[in-house]
This record gives sequence, C-alpha cells and structure tokens, in this order.
Amino acid sequence: MSPNPDILLSLIIFAPAIGAFFIAFMDGRAVDQLRGFAFLTTVFTFALTIYLYLSFDPEAAGMQMVVVKDWIPSWNVYYRLGVDGISLPLVLLTGLVSMLAALASWSINKLHKGYFILFLLLESGMMGVFLSLDFFLFYVFWEVMLLPMYFLIGVWGGPRKEYAAIKFFLYTLAGSVLMLIAMLMLYFTSGAQEHSFNLIELAKVAAGSSTELSVALSPSMQITAFVLLFIGFAIKMPVVPVHTWLPDAHVEAPTPISMILAGVLLKMGGYGIIRIAFPLCPWGTQAAAWVLVAIGVVSLIYGAFAALAQTDFKRLVAYSSVSHMGYVLIGLAVWKMNEGVTDAHSANMWNMGISGAMFQMIAHGVSSAGMFFMVGVIYDRVHHRNLNEFGGLMGKMPLYSGLSAGIFFAGLGLPGLCGFIGEVFVVLSTWNFSKALAIVAASGVILTAGYILWALQRVYLGAEYKGPHAEEITPINTREAAVASVLLALAIILGVFPNIIFSMMNGSITELVNHMQAGYEHAATVVNQQLQAMR
Amino acid sequence: MFHDLIEKLIDNTLETSLGHFYPELVLSVTIVLMLLCRLFPIIDRFPTALLAIGGAVTATIASWSQLSGVQASPGFSETFFTGLMIQDMFSVYFRLFLSLFLVLTIALTILSGIPDAEDAPDFYTLLLGATIGMMIMASANNLLMLFIGVEMASVPSYAMVGFLKGRKSSSEAALKYVVYGAGAAGVMLYGISLIAGVLGTGDMSLLAERLRVVTEDGVAGLGDAEIRLVALGTMLVMVGLAFKLSLVPFHFWCPDAFEGASAEVGGFLSVASKAGAFGLLVRFCVSLSGPSSAELMTAFGIGLGVIAMITMTFGNLAAYAQSNIKRMLAYSTIAHAGYMLMAVSAMLVMQNSDQAASLRQEINACVGGLLYYLAVYLFMNLGAFAVVALIRNYTFSEEIDSYAGMVKESPALAICMMFCLFSLIGMPPFGGFFGKLMIFGSVYKAGDLHWSMYVLLSVGGLNTVFSLVYYIRVLKTMIIDERPADSRRVRLPSLEGAYIGLLAAFVLLLGCAPLIAEGLSVMAGQAANSVFAVLASSR
Repeated sequence: MSPNPDILLSLIIFAPAIGAFFIAFMDGRAVDQLRGFAFLTTVFTFALTIYLYLSFDPEAAGMQMVVVKDWIPSWNVYYRLGVDGISLPLVLLTGLVSMLAALASWSINKLHKGYFILFLLLESGMMGVFLSLDFFLFYVFWEVMLLPMYFLIGVWGGPRKEYAAIKFFLYTLAGSVLMLIAMLMLYFTSGAQEHSFNLIELAKVAAGSSTELSVALSPSMQITAFVLLFIGFAIKMPVVPVHTWLPDAHVEAPTPISMILAGVLLKMGGYGIIRIAFPLCPWGTQAAAWVLVAIGVVSLIYGAFAALAQTDFKRLVAYSSVSHMGYVLIGLAVWKMNEGVTDAHSANMWNMGISGAMFQMIAHGVSSAGMFFMVGVIYDRVHHRNLNEFGGLMGKMPLYSGLSAGIFFAGLGLPGLCGFIGEVFVVLSTWNFSKALAIVAASGVILTAGYILWALQRVYLGAEYKGPHAEEITPINTREAAVASVLLALAIILGVFPNIIFSMMNGSITELVNHMQAGYEHAATVVNQQLQAMR
Repeated sequence: MFHDLIEKLIDNTLETSLGHFYPELVLSVTIVLMLLCRLFPIIDRFPTALLAIGGAVTATIASWSQLSGVQASPGFSETFFTGLMIQDMFSVYFRLFLSLFLVLTIALTILSGIPDAEDAPDFYTLLLGATIGMMIMASANNLLMLFIGVEMASVPSYAMVGFLKGRKSSSEAALKYVVYGAGAAGVMLYGISLIAGVLGTGDMSLLAERLRVVTEDGVAGLGDAEIRLVALGTMLVMVGLAFKLSLVPFHFWCPDAFEGASAEVGGFLSVASKAGAFGLLVRFCVSLSGPSSAELMTAFGIGLGVIAMITMTFGNLAAYAQSNIKRMLAYSTIAHAGYMLMAVSAMLVMQNSDQAASLRQEINACVGGLLYYLAVYLFMNLGAFAVVALIRNYTFSEEIDSYAGMVKESPALAICMMFCLFSLIGMPPFGGFFGKLMIFGSVYKAGDLHWSMYVLLSVGGLNTVFSLVYYIRVLKTMIIDERPADSRRVRLPSLEGAYIGLLAAFVLLLGCAPLIAEGLSVMAGQAANSVFAVLASSR
C-alpha cells in the first residue's frame, strides 16, 4: 500500500509541532505526563519515518512522494516536499535521535513545559529542513530551528549558557543572511520572467535540462553563489575557521540538546551543501573543490589536535565533531576533473567519496549523540566534567563503562563499528584526488585514536574514582541504559551491514554525480562561447 | 464665465472629490463631535474614547469600501480637489492602513488608560488630526498638499509627545521635536518654493514634464542653473521628509521624543508617521522621474541608498547601548526606516534606467515590498510598544532590566514580545522576514543596473545580523534571566492579553498564512502599480 505523500510528509514535519501545541495546554506541574507525552510524540514521529522508509523505493533515483501545494504563489513560493536517498537517511536519523533525546530529557529539572514545547518545535524544524524541496521553504525551516535552539541552550544550559546561545545564534544568522543573498541571486537569475525557488528545477537549469526555467546562473555568478552558500552551510557544519561557536554551544547545552546538536544539526550543513550548493552551482563547486578538500583536511587535523588538548570531557567530544565533519567535507568535495573532462574512474571515486561522506554523517549522528549522552550520564551524577578528576568508573559503573567504550570506539572508527566505513571510503576516494591530502587525512585517524583512547583511559580506567561527589555515583538506570544500548546496537549494525544505508542512497548519489557532470559541461560550453566571443 | 467656473467647482467637489475624501471627512466629523460633546452637560460624560474608536472604525469601513471599488478597476487614478490630491489604489491602501492603525492605537489607549477621561478629547483630537494629515500625505498630488500634509501630521504629534504634562522629560522631548520640526518644515517650504518657482507648477504629476521643458537639450544636468535650483529644492524637500522618517542625520529628535512620550504615542509615531512619509516620498520621487531627469534621479536614488546604509547602521549600533526600552525601540525605528528606504532607492535606480520599460514588474515589486513591510511593521512595532505600555502600567518602569524573568509572571506577554522582536529582526516564519526579503530582492535586482546596490544589499544583510544582538538582549532578559524577588507583579487581564495576542497572531500570520500573506502581497502589488499609472496618463 503506498501512502498519501501529502499526508505522510506533512505529518512527519508537523506531528511534533501538533504535540507541542497540546503540551501548551497541559498542566506544567504534571512533569511525568509532560515527559511521557513528549516522548510518545517523538516515538510517533519516528514510527512515521520508519513507515516512510518502508514505502520508499530504493531502486528509483530522484525525488519520491513529491508534494506541491500553493503557498504564496504571487512570489512563486510553494509548499514543496519530497524525499530521496540523500534525505531519507537523515530523516530517519532525526526521528531516532529526537526520540532518544526525548528519553534523555528526564534529566531536565526546570520549566518542563516550556522545554518540551521548544524541543518538539525544534524537531519539526529539523524534519522540515530535510524534507523541503523549495528553497524558500527550506530557508524558513532552517531559521525556524534557530529560535527554539536559542532558548533551549539559553534557558536550560550550563553556567555560560547566555554567551553560548547568542554566539550560536549570531554565527548561524550570519550564515543565513549569506544564504539569503544567494537565494535571491538564484531566484532572480533563474529565468527572464519565470522566477522560481524550486530546488529541483534550479538544479536542472544548472545542468541545462530544465523545462520550466530558461536561464542558468552564469559561471562566474555560480562561483559567487557557491561561496555564499558554502559559507552559510560551513558555519552550520562546522568547519575551521567558523567552528568556534560549536564547542561553546555543545558544552553549555543540556545533554539532550547536545545530542540533537551533534546528531542532527551539524548534518544540516552537509545536507545543505549536497542538496543546494552543489547541484545549483556545479561550476562553482568544481572551481572550489580543491579549497573545500583542503578546508576539510584542516578541520580534521585541527579538530583532532584541539580535542587532544581538552580537559573538559564534553569539550573533547565537541572538538571530535569538528574533526569528524572534516571527513564529511572532504568526501563531498573530492571531485576531480582531468583537463575539464571527468573520466569514469574519477566519477566513481567521487561517487564513493559522497557515499562515504553521507555514511559518515549518519555514523557521526549515532556515535556523537551517544558520546554526548554518555558524558551527560556521568555529569548528572558527579556534576563535573574534568577529565583529570575522573578515573576508576569501570569498577563502580560497569555497564555504563562498557556501553561507553563501545560508543567511543564507534567514534574512533574501529573496524566493525559505524565510524570505520565512512572514514575508509572518504580516505580511499581522496587518494585519487590528491595523494598528499589523502595521507594527511588518513593520519587524522591516529590522532582520533589518540584522544579517544586517552579519554577512555582517564575516565574509565584507573584504580579508583577520586574526584568530587564520589558518593553519588550509582549504576546506570534502565532508561539510560536503553538509550545507550540502542545507539551502540545501531553503531554495530551499521558497521557490519553498511549496505542498509548505501542501498538507500546509491541511486540518488549516482544521479547527483551525473547531474553535476552535466552541469559542469553545460557551464563549460558557456565559458567557451564567451572565450570565443572575446576572440 | 466666473459663475460657470464656480458651478463646475461645486459639481466637481460634490460629485468626485468628497466621494474620494470621505474617510478623512468621517474623522473630521468625529473630531468635531468629540469637541462638541464637552459643551453639553448631559453628554459630556460619554466616554470620548468610544466616540473616537467609533469614528476610526467607520473610517476603516469607508476605506475598505473604497478599496473594493478601486480594486474593481485596475490602474484607476483620478485627481480631485482640482488636482491637489489624487485617488488611486496607493492612496486607498494608505487610508485603510492608517485608519486600521488608528483603531488599534485607540484600542491600546483604552486598555492602558492613557489619557484619562479629562484629557481624552484633547488627546483623541490630536490623534485623529494627525492621522488625517498622514492620509493627506499619502494622497498628495501637489507640492502644496505635500507641505500641508506634513505639517498637519507634525503639529499634533508635537503636542502628543508632550502630553504627559507633569513629566519634565516629556516636555523636553516635545520642545526638541518642535524646534527640530519647525526647522525642517521651513527648509522644506523653501525647497518647495524653489521647485515650484523654476518649474512654474506645484502639480506633482507635471513636474517631470516641466523639467524636460526647462532643460535646453532635453537632458537635465547640473550644468544648467535652473536644474541646479530644482536639484537643490529636491534636496531641501528631502530634508523635511528625512526628518519625518528620522533618517540620519535628521534623527536626533527621535530617541528623545520616544523616551519622553508615552509608549502609546511612540508606537503611533513610529508607524503612522513613517508610513505617511514613505507614501509621500514614493509619490515625490515618482513625480520627478522622467526621461530627461534620468541621470539626476539615478544619482538621487543612489544618494538615498547611501543614507539608507548610514541610517540603518547607525540605528542598529546606537541601539546596543540603550538601557531604556523605548529609547532602544526608537533606534530600532531609525534602523527600520533605513531598511525601508532601500526599497525607494532601488525603485529610483530602476525607474530611471534605460531598461525601465522591461523592468516594470520589478519596479512595482520595490514599492510593493515597501508597502508589505509597512503593513507588517504596523503589527510588529505596535505590538512591541503595546507590551511596553502594558508592562509600564504594572511595574512603572521602562528599563530593560526591570523586564527580568517576565516570562514567569506572564508567559503570554513574553511570547508576544518574542514574536514581535523576532519579526523585527527579520526571522521567518514571521512577517518581518517576508517584507525584508521583498526589499532585499528589489535591491538585488537593482544591482544589475548599478553596483552600489550590491553594496547596499550587503550592508542591509550585515545590519540584520547586527540587530540580532540588541533585540535578543530584551528576550534574554525577559525569558532567560531570573525574576528578582522584590519586583512588582505583572498580571495580564484577559482583554489586554487578547489585544496583544491579536497583534502577535497577525505578525505570525503575515509570515506564514497563505491566504493572508498572499492577499496582502497582491494588494500591495496593485497599490504599487497604481502609483505609476499617473506617469503613464500624464505623458
């Protein structure tokens, strides 16, 4: 039975918001009911995403279950949704991480009602970003997500919450404004009279195969637009040097919000690049490819070194995210052209790089959410995160320590766990692009192993816990164990059967690669014509 | 002969002019009624506010009925009162906008209790009088009416700013406003006399044509002494308008006036007086744009763009340092004037380019964007001022610090403030974003014609980021900070809550409800279209 996409996709986006609406009318003192209801809402949403997965046809490339409704037609703004192999895994990840984060939200101890309303609105915003096919709609959801996030960090965060919240907001807004300008560029140049925000058509017109629009961005404009879009998404991703909001935001945010930040929000940067910046500006992408890979490598190494230097457990995990997102950017950008022509081998390699980057995003979503959760569990007990004051937790909390070790190994990229697949794919594909960069990227793995193993040693191993609040250390409870084991199980499953993810996105990624090549060639002919005309 | 003329005049007045003018007439009658009521012992107890709001509602309905009439015939444009004023979709849009705003302002004053029963007739007379002036500004078709409109809007405003008679700061603010306003008015009048003197007419629909006549070779350049005079006159008129719009460097009155005046008056001045002035500015700029003056007007447009950049940057940066919320909102008003001026600047650059004919749609979009922005601005800015006024009634304080932890006292108030401020920042899904997007889009489009528009666009974008910090500081104080134990309680009776909720709901709906946003943008587009109709008909 195939579902009605109008209802299914809209419901996935708005079910959490509807839940938030009901919570607004509930009694703020009935904390258990609030938690329970919010959790059920996220479970329901996750179930819907599973249903979406089941009714998704992995064989077909391109968008499925497309929804088009009028929104504000006088500005060519439509309510366009759809799902393909690139967005589907991220939608599933969002559903899962939100559900687990809701379960982790038991540790929130004030203003529960406001918290859960904002939490659910945030989930709506995230789903909307991944499902929209209209640039305008995408932008609206992108911004909508900011508002609850600001308050979730600012109200329920740690000691420097206000600073962290405003920094997060400012950085993202600055990126959004650049994106807005790029959006206007694309909108106004998309045709002589027939402007459009339709991402699919805008991508097609870049490849010269659009039926609705006539004029593509000129190659030089593509470069400008790409740079604007890339900065906007790079801030969210984040990559060095625009990553400085991340350690603050992640450290100050409450545990469940850190999970969402690391598990889902960072993926939006990568998703934006692959859904918007790349297909809409193929020429710009190619022009910037080398810079992108270099930025990725720098992020990877810089993030790893920064993580090594941390004494705050959560900050260490935060920098590990910067490092891991470096892999994503490298994998996305290893598009090598020889003399302006792509040979089949390079195309395959790039395909592999994108697949690796996508896989890395999912894997990082699982492992970093898990790592943040594990830090949160111990923080709830001993109220500090100083790595030098831990030690000996293995004796007091054996189950917790075991689960943590598994999840941290997944982050490390141990073969058999999810982190490995993405890293290997990315590094392999980089070899074809640039051997030097591949070697540097591969050496990042050593640094990663360094900071993770060292952290494990300082926290879990050792004779005895000597830090503050030793008396409050209690074994992990069932709820916490459930969250951690789900994540660990997923880390193992994805590590052993990566094809679950790859089979979903193969078609779409191949199509993207073909599209990008067509787009590049299309732009190249324009450039050649211009050169001819100049002679 | 003379008799015929009088006959014709009477006919014209009775049959055409008064019909177009009757929303203003309704307000005038209301003023007279309010003043008369006081004379008779029995009815002087009748609450003046009800009379005022009745008049305002009637005027709104009257404007609405005009709207449907004008919408039926697209491109309708007719001068009345022997060419002094003009009736088209644009005038009607402003009439509707201003009368609706008047209703909302009066409702706010009723809820917040300023003015008291004793002063009510005076206050509402001033309020209605100023509104009539603003309506005249938006439908002026003659330089004389331009001046009369501005003055009619200004003089009651001076008095309203000083209305809190016991307060020193209020009187000081009013005095500053008067002195500054009088200076600006004098300068503007001088400018008008220069333009009218050189071009031999005050009729705005003839200005561009006359400009061509006085030039020697059909291209107005500054080498020509007469053109220099007109350019000077234009600049002097612009001084007067810049004063009304509180553009830098004619903004000095604004923070003082807003801080001294009550929040209700502040809300009124920040929205209505800006709206009227923008209506007038658009008409004035359009009237001077013609084939012969293209070069000059492009330069004028770019000049406005530079002023817009300075204004919004200054407004946003100065707002950082404020601890008084009304003063902060005053600077925010200045910044928003800068945003809106971007649209006029882009319009002038496109209208006076050689591609104007093919850019018709985009030129309309500039004015349409401005009108949409104004409509959203009405709700979001009035909402913010209304929250200030209501909180003041409980805490007797307008310092931002006194708002700490407001969300626990009154969540509804804090959430409504949040909607309004996020909309002022320009975040989706609130209306402010859509307005801003339309204006940014127009400026981007104008960038094809002149590179300075790209600079303007980037400065506008940068300012959006700047502005975040001070708006969010208010929200941080209200929502994140703890409420001090000894602070005064704030209760929100249902009626006031409903009022604020209504404004906040509109802020949200104008951003995301398909029917409302679409309806307004179509209406704004039609209104924009009609401004240019006069050009087509007179040439």
